Amino acid sequence: MIELRNVSKYYNTGSVTETCVFNKFNLNIDKNEFVSVVGSNGSGKTTMLNIICGSIKVDRGDVFLDNKNITNVPEYKRMVKIGRVFQNPAFGTCPSLNIIENMALAENKNKSFDLKPLVDKNRVEKYKTMLKSLNLGLEDKCDINVGALSGGQRQAIALLMSTMIDIKFLILDEHTAALDPKTADVIMELTDKIVKEKNLTAIMVTHNLRYAVEYGNRLLMMHDGQIVIDVKNEEKKNLKVEDVLDKFTTISIECGN
Amino acid sequence: MDAIELLKFYFITPQEIIGILTGVLREGLMYSVASLGVYITYKILDFPDMTVDSSFPLGMSITAILLILDVPPILTLCISFIAGALVGVITGIIHVKFGVRDLLSGIIVMTALYSINLRIAGRSNLPVFKKPTIFHLEYFNFLDRSMKTILILLVIVAICKILLDYYLKTKNGYLLRSVGDNEKLVTALAKDKGNVKIIGLAIANGFVAFAGSIFTHDRGFFEISAGTGTLVIAVSNVIIGMQIAKRIKCISDTTAVIIGSILYRACISIALSWGLEPRDLKLITASLLLIILVMNSIKRKNKVA
Ligand SMILES: Nc1ncnc2c1ncn2[C@@H]1O[C@H](COP(=O)(O)OP(=O)(O)OP(=O)(O)O)[C@@H](O)[C@H]1O
Ligand SMILES: [Mg+2]
Repeated sequence: MIELRNVSKYYNTGSVTETCVFNKFNLNIDKNEFVSVVGSNGSGKTTMLNIICGSIKVDRGDVFLDNKNITNVPEYKRMVKIGRVFQNPAFGTCPSLNIIENMALAENKNKSFDLKPLVDKNRVEKYKTMLKSLNLGLEDKCDINVGALSGGQRQAIALLMSTMIDIKFLILDEHTAALDPKTADVIMELTDKIVKEKNLTAIMVTHNLRYAVEYGNRLLMMHDGQIVIDVKNEEKKNLKVEDVLDKFTTISIECGN
Repeated sequence: MDAIELLKFYFITPQEIIGILTGVLREGLMYSVASLGVYITYKILDFPDMTVDSSFPLGMSITAILLILDVPPILTLCISFIAGALVGVITGIIHVKFGVRDLLSGIIVMTALYSINLRIAGRSNLPVFKKPTIFHLEYFNFLDRSMKTILILLVIVAICKILLDYYLKTKNGYLLRSVGDNEKLVTALAKDKGNVKIIGLAIANGFVAFAGSIFTHDRGFFEISAGTGTLVIAVSNVIIGMQIAKRIKCISDTTAVIIGSILYRACISIALSWGLEPRDLKLITASLLLIILVMNSIKRKNKVA
């Protein structure tokens, strides 16, 4: 489970540009929930994920992971249990290494990074099978440096890499935003499959309302650092894209956008 | 002047050519070891590490003292490497744990080490003539002195290169390569990126001190000022090497750095043969690096345009 308790987060505290992203924000995500998060630009979605992962510190409040208070645990230690795909496709892979090397690194997560050779030739076939599931023809580009691939291709590899070993939590920040519609559908299906197969607790930020409604068993809509819609399970199943869109429009109008 | 006279005037006898070539090889190979270290900081970690200007003389001073104490020559190389690595760790800790900027952390350690090097050697210039060095080992005795020196250097450089190549293919080595490329990935792998940087700085300064040690074996003395400009020279070597590696796909980065070091030294020799004197050396090294950097940025601009 993931919990944010009374979390407050300000940017640029004390200066004229001070922004309050969260004020006493609360969120409770149970084990095996697959939460899709929607919300307008700047509503605090990425900030929320950064707080959970420890990329940024909270000003007040506590963060819990698996019932442990991790407010002061550094980011890299939290990553033992968390897999993450960033909004920025450049963050998930190492550009000067090829696909196989990147995947081998990911597969070695939570093991010792010792003085044994990294790439095991016997694993390459397995990596290629995984790449095939992306349907991007990447299995034939294994020895190309990842830096020479498109943003979408990198993002797809980043998803594979983040879930290569057994983790408990998966954090996805608009991971299909850089993809063309067809590839996005493929990756979304794959995401769903991985979350179910590995019994992950997942948070997926997306601007695609169809994905948000179709996938996952809970939906959050955020606005201005607050949760304005929170539907689960049965209620979520009956939710339609139009309902979410209506609510979204209403909020936008209320705020004068 | 007719052609023959011209040749005699500008060109030199075969013996002289061999003399110049062996000199270029000798200096180039010696600095290539330091350049392999700087390749790690400058190219892999993207860290402008000034520490090397003092870890090089650290290797020199330690070696001078150890040779005087009759420590086996090979052992002095190893001890220098370890001492250099420790210094790298200190720079790393200052940068990573105390949040001091990369350039400044190196400068702080470099400045402090100046005094420490004087303390180790006891003075600013310490000769160790008449002590057996790695170049006096009973190998390759069939060769003349300068050829033997070059062969021994070649063996050492080859060992360094093979070890570094191997390391960069290990799990730890790949982690080091990722930290310079994309820190976020290292964090995502649940590894502390700071520690990885410290390891990189340690290995790099180990190599540089190792090169300093070889330098003392070759020259037969410790000299406090010998380290000034190590970074400039090594960075030049690395940049030339990277240009070579870009053009010739089949050679590895480390080989390219070694070739770059020799080419660079050849440029210095040419500059010296034009009538510049040894006291102009720092001026030449600085100018050469400037020329290399400007040429690189012009090329880049042309590509964009
Ligand atoms: N590093 C930062 N410094 C200052 N302000 C920031 C910083 N990062 C985010 N903000 C502010 O915090 C607010 C929330 O940003 P956040 O990135 O969480 O939005 P988001 O919901 O992820 O938006 P998007 O849909 O565009 O990705 C915004 O108002 C933004 O201006
Ligand atoms: Mg965002």
